[in-house]
Formats: sequence, structure tokens, C-alpha cells
Amino acid sequence: MTHAAALPSADPHPESGTGVYSKKLGMWVFLASEVMFFTSLIGAYIIIRWGSAEAWPVPHEILNIPVTAFNTFILICSSVSMVKAYAAATQGDQKGLRLWLVLTVLGGATFVGVQVFEYLHLIHHGLLPSGAREGSELAAVVDQGRLSAVAAGLFGSTFYVMTGFHGFHVTCGVICMTWVTVKAFRGGYTASEYHGVEVVGLYWHFVDLVWILLFTIVYLI
Amino acid sequence: METGRKHPNYIAVWGGLAALTVIEVAVAYLRIERHLLVLTLLLLAVWKVLLVALYFMHLRFEPKRLALIAMTPLPLGVLLVVAVLQEFAGR
Repeated sequence: MTHAAALPSADPHPESGTGVYSKKLGMWVFLASEVMFFTSLIGAYIIIRWGSAEAWPVPHEILNIPVTAFNTFILICSSVSMVKAYAAATQGDQKGLRLWLVLTVLGGATFVGVQVFEYLHLIHHGLLPSGAREGSELAAVVDQGRLSAVAAGLFGSTFYVMTGFHGFHVTCGVICMTWVTVKAFRGGYTASEYHGVEVVGLYWHFVDLVWILLFTIVYLI
Repeated sequence: METGRKHPNYIAVWGGLAALTVIEVAVAYLRIERHLLVLTLLLLAVWKVLLVALYFMHLRFEPKRLALIAMTPLPLGVLLVVAVLQEFAGR
């Protein structure tokens, strides 16, 4: 399309039929498939928990709610820094863009770090994806008859599958965001060319949004 | 192209999300009736999700079609869960 490229008014981001540029539309279609992905995981959890013949473990007796609430707060903060980075990008504020992007990457990395710490802590106390680890604190609770071994297994497998897939998404987000940050430090974004920041930002906020639901459904209810 | 986009007060949205998280955790420790507890927590979570989607993901300022695209799988998911839950309906 050399003719189009030669025109001075040629738009490098042609709009799609929905009225937004194609990359953003592409991200939203991808996010729709992600909605399906997490809906099926959460749906499976609801079915397993509702249908469980054994009493379901009380989440806050096994999981550390204050630490996870703090981690939720970290993720919310990283969403705000992301949106501030986007605002800075649209205004051509390079310094602000770089600062907010670095904070966003740090927030995401902290979230993943705390989650790894949480997993190690839970494994130490005996919660495995397969249920209570032999000889652990949790196994003692099962032995005393205060928790069924089957329910502990269902709880462990659903907990690690849902939070694990979410953690994987955050990790992917941190990798993409690091890439965006490096590009920002190289001056790759301007007031008219900020779309990479916006599109990766949409993914970032979506992962935050999923965590809001998971935190409520898995940890609090 | 989308120029001159309005930026809502992101810090206010952040404050709202932080406050709702504190309320959620506090509610989770209340000794109230189970159904009321679950309903309250879900409503608070949906409120937070809406804040993120409408202001951080800018759905409030985008063509409605984008939100429709993202929400298309939800009825299918609900249908799936409700259908499978029928297995346990008699218990």
C-alpha cells in the first residue's frame, strides 16, 4: 500500500468497524476469551464446592487473609500506577510515563513475590494441590476428623488451579510491562503514539479485575 | 483517532477500591447469616470490578460495543454452571 503510506494524513492506526483502533479491538477480543477461561475455572469451583458431599474448609482457617488483602491492595495500586502511566503517555509526559511504568512493574512483581511466599507457607503447613501433606499440621487436622481428606483435596486443587493461573497471568503481565517500560525509556511513546501503553494496560487491569473476584470467591466466602 | 480523551480522577477511584477492600475483609469476619454474607461480599466485588472496568479500562468512555464483546462469554458461563448445578438440585 505505498500510495496510502505516501499520503501525509495516512492514519497509522486505522479504526475498525467498532470505532476503536484495531490493536485495542484485538485486545478486547482476547480479553473476551480470557473472560471465558476464568469463568469456566470459577464455574468449576462453584460446582465443586456446592456439590461437595463433605463440609468445605473455612478459607480463613487455612489461608492467610491479611497477607492476601495486602497483596490485593498492591495489585490495585499497580492498576492505578498503570492508568497514571497511560494518562502521562497521552499528555506526552515522558518523565511521568517512565516513573509510573516502573512503579507498575514493581507492583506486579511484588504481587507475584508475595504469592510465591504464600504458596511456600501453605505447602509448609501442609496444603498441597492433592490435599493435606502427610505428617503436616493440616494432616493432623484431617486425622482429628475436623476436616475431611476429600474436601482438603478439592480445596487444594481448586485453590492452586485458580490462583496459579492468575499468578501466571500476572507474571506474563510483568514481562510485557517490562518490555513496555524499556521501550518508554528509549522514547518509544509520544503524545500521538501511546497505543502500546493503552493495550498492555487493558490486559493489566483485566488481571486486576479477575483477582478482585478470586479474592472474594476463594478467600473471603 | 481518539484525541483529547478525558481522564477521570484516578486517585479517587483508587481510594474507592482501597476502601471497598477494607470493608470486604471486615464483612468477611462478621458473624452474620451466611446467605447475607455471600450476597454482600459478591455485591462489593461487583462494585470493585465495575470501578476497574469503567474507569481504569475506560469502558465508560468507549463505544458500548467493546463492553458487549467482553461480556459475550458471561451468559454462556452462567448457563454452564446452572446446567451442571442441576445435577445436585435434588440434594
